[in-house]
Amino acid sequence: MGVLIDNFALYRDGFLVSLRICLYAMVGSLLLGTLIASFRVSPVPPLRAFGAAWVTVFRNCPLTIVLFFFAFGIPEVGINASFFTFGVTGLVFYTSAFVCEAVRSGINAVPTGQAEAYRSIGLTFGQGMRFIVLPQALRTVVPPLGSVIIAMFKNSAIVGAVGVGGDLFSVGESLSSAQGNPVLPVLLGVALGYLAITLPSAAGLAVVERRVAIAR
Amino acid sequence: MSSVLYDEPGPRARRVTLYASVVAAVLVAVLLFLVYRRLDQNGQFSSARWSPLLNPGDADFSAVWRLLGGGIRSTLTAAVLSIVASLVVGTVLASLRLLAGRVSRLPVIGLIELLRGLPVLIMIYLVSRVLPEYGLDLANPLWYLVIGLTLYNSVVIAEIIRAGVASLPRGQGEAALAIGMSPSQSLRLVQLPQAFRVMLPSLISQLVVVLKDTSLGFIILYGETVRTANLIIQETKNPIQMYLVIGALFVLTNYALSRFAQYVERRLSRSSSAEVIDEPVTAMAGD
Amino acid sequence: MKLKKLSAVAATATLALTLAACGSSGGATPTATSSEPAAGGSSEPAAGAFEAGTTMAKLANAGKIRVGTKFDQPGFGLKGLGDTPEGFDVEIAKIIAKGLGIGPDGIEYTEAPSKLREQLITDGKVDIVAATYTINDKRKELIGFAGPYYEAGQDLMVKKDNDTIKGPDDLKAAGSKVCSVTGSTPAETIKKYTDNIILFDVYSKCADALRTGQVDVVTTDNVILLGLVADSKDAFKLVGNPFTKEPYGIGYAKGDTKFCQFIDDTLKKASEDGDYEKAWTSTAGKFSPKVPKLPTLAPCA
Repeated sequence: MGVLIDNFALYRDGFLVSLRICLYAMVGSLLLGTLIASFRVSPVPPLRAFGAAWVTVFRNCPLTIVLFFFAFGIPEVGINASFFTFGVTGLVFYTSAFVCEAVRSGINAVPTGQAEAYRSIGLTFGQGMRFIVLPQALRTVVPPLGSVIIAMFKNSAIVGAVGVGGDLFSVGESLSSAQGNPVLPVLLGVALGYLAITLPSAAGLAVVERRVAIAR
Repeated sequence: MSSVLYDEPGPRARRVTLYASVVAAVLVAVLLFLVYRRLDQNGQFSSARWSPLLNPGDADFSAVWRLLGGGIRSTLTAAVLSIVASLVVGTVLASLRLLAGRVSRLPVIGLIELLRGLPVLIMIYLVSRVLPEYGLDLANPLWYLVIGLTLYNSVVIAEIIRAGVASLPRGQGEAALAIGMSPSQSLRLVQLPQAFRVMLPSLISQLVVVLKDTSLGFIILYGETVRTANLIIQETKNPIQMYLVIGALFVLTNYALSRFAQYVERRLSRSSSAEVIDEPVTAMAGD
Repeated sequence: MKLKKLSAVAATATLALTLAACGSSGGATPTATSSEPAAGGSSEPAAGAFEAGTTMAKLANAGKIRVGTKFDQPGFGLKGLGDTPEGFDVEIAKIIAKGLGIGPDGIEYTEAPSKLREQLITDGKVDIVAATYTINDKRKELIGFAGPYYEAGQDLMVKKDNDTIKGPDDLKAAGSKVCSVTGSTPAETIKKYTDNIILFDVYSKCADALRTGQVDVVTTDNVILLGLVADSKDAFKLVGNPFTKEPYGIGYAKGDTKFCQFIDDTLKKASEDGDYEKAWTSTAGKFSPKVPKLPTLAPCA
């Protein structure tokens, strides 16, 4: 256990890097995912097709291949950026497909009758969305969206494994070596770092779910 | 047909939609063209890069596909072994949780929550580094991959089974107890078989997740598809093409599996009495 | 219904285990025997030329030798797209085989990843290991080493215009990102000098990362680095001098002193009659033209 204390600074820095990856990816994938969801539910066929293709590709392709494609394929066409940027971008694209499906399920869960009712009492689209549809949609969206985000937090480890360096996983890799560090404590420290991100998030999600849940 | 977002389109709405479609189509086309041009400028469409993968006449073609075939076989092996093991362990975990008393349930729940909070990658890496230290040095990294994947997926499957059993009509369990079965017999003979039928679509979705996760084997140098691709790229130097090809293989396979899961779900909901579990979104939320 | 499900599961499990048994790569799967012509032209001894009961006689009589080597080390043992690995280690193995009267077709190659080299010998899965195998005392507790047949050194590779890094001690101060390959000895060694390490599973990715500026330094054995420099079209350079000494030996089953003596004799003969030089120039020599001298052979324990 001494190795954890000796290298605490390293773990702390690795934790912060992983946290940064998680936060940037969360914001990015929520934005992009909602955009793709809006494509999928729009009445415009080309946008619907684009959205459907996007989701099919990124839901079914392993994150590993997406990340390698960004980190080693994209530079081949001259676009250079840090592994961190590529890694976060890959994670955002990948997770956006899942966010899109979660958001879509939320929108589809609202009974059409609600929409017909607000139209018949004269509310505009914007008012209907704000007061009627979105509040109900959000309630359905929260559980799956929450698990998608927590899954993405866990996927940040894979981003670390594909060249980012300095994140929790890389710390684990560089410390668990022939330097004589006992492997189990080192990796338990890494595991604790990830649990410090996922367990509070899961607890927070459970709280939000309970407060937002409707008795159906 | 109206939907939540928009009403049945009238003539004006139809026209606006038409204009918007044209604009959108043009934008998508422009985007694709820009991508194409960028790729072309960097010689990504040259036959030197594509032909080892697509042209049977190329000298390297058979070697490349022989190696890829081996990689794909390794992927499938790891996936099938993991899903089978996860089913077994997951059933045990779920049974433990369902049958145990209130107090002895806690460690199982604690274990489940702990394993769900860890990334699969960390589990695989941990297993591959720690087990050898305690004497279990396995020659083939396949087994570390399978153990890691099983640890992760058995927990997910345990939760699916629990939800499946909970969704059965209560009468089933009560009837079993009424005719004199013990709770474990009731679980084993009456509830689990029905729960499995109900869970089948979710299980197939989980197979998709497992297939994608086998690609993490490259970290422990297991020769599955992604690692084999990396080794081939060293020689053929065509990362974009290679990743597109194996990406396409994965997408096609997983898409087919997902459609199969949807088909199974439709057939089951027509014939069975229990509700089909609505797990697909969350199950596939995992990597 | 339940029986059908159970038998389906059982069938799948059997299928999976069969697939695992015959198909999985990585670890100890033997590949096809080599089909390349042997280098050099010294005469081959007759099978009966060895003392009865020795490993040499057994192998010569069988006409087959099982060799563990690397499949992913450029210059030493790289399988690439071919059927069999190519490289300096492979050529040394062929020289030893020739000494037994076994041609290149009689060699069966097995991939020997770093962590498994001892196990392959102690489990009897291979007869010798020639896989960038550094001789050290800890390993000598489990297996025997013949040779050394080459002395490698770990070194650093940077971009041509990088003047800050002159040696491994500069790494930490400069905050450089160092790239190496998972599971290799250089990756382990460099951890002593810095924590800022990125590991990939193949060397070309480290070279790519250096090229795009994602990492600052690549470290591994100096000969492999020279290969990467040659590939880079003059964008990279090696710095300083090798900072480790890694004598590569041939691993064999502990206690088989006669076999060790035979290997040492074969190596010495090869360095005298030009086979050693030919082995080098046809492989690693392509990026490091200076032919090394056979190091002083350690006495067989």
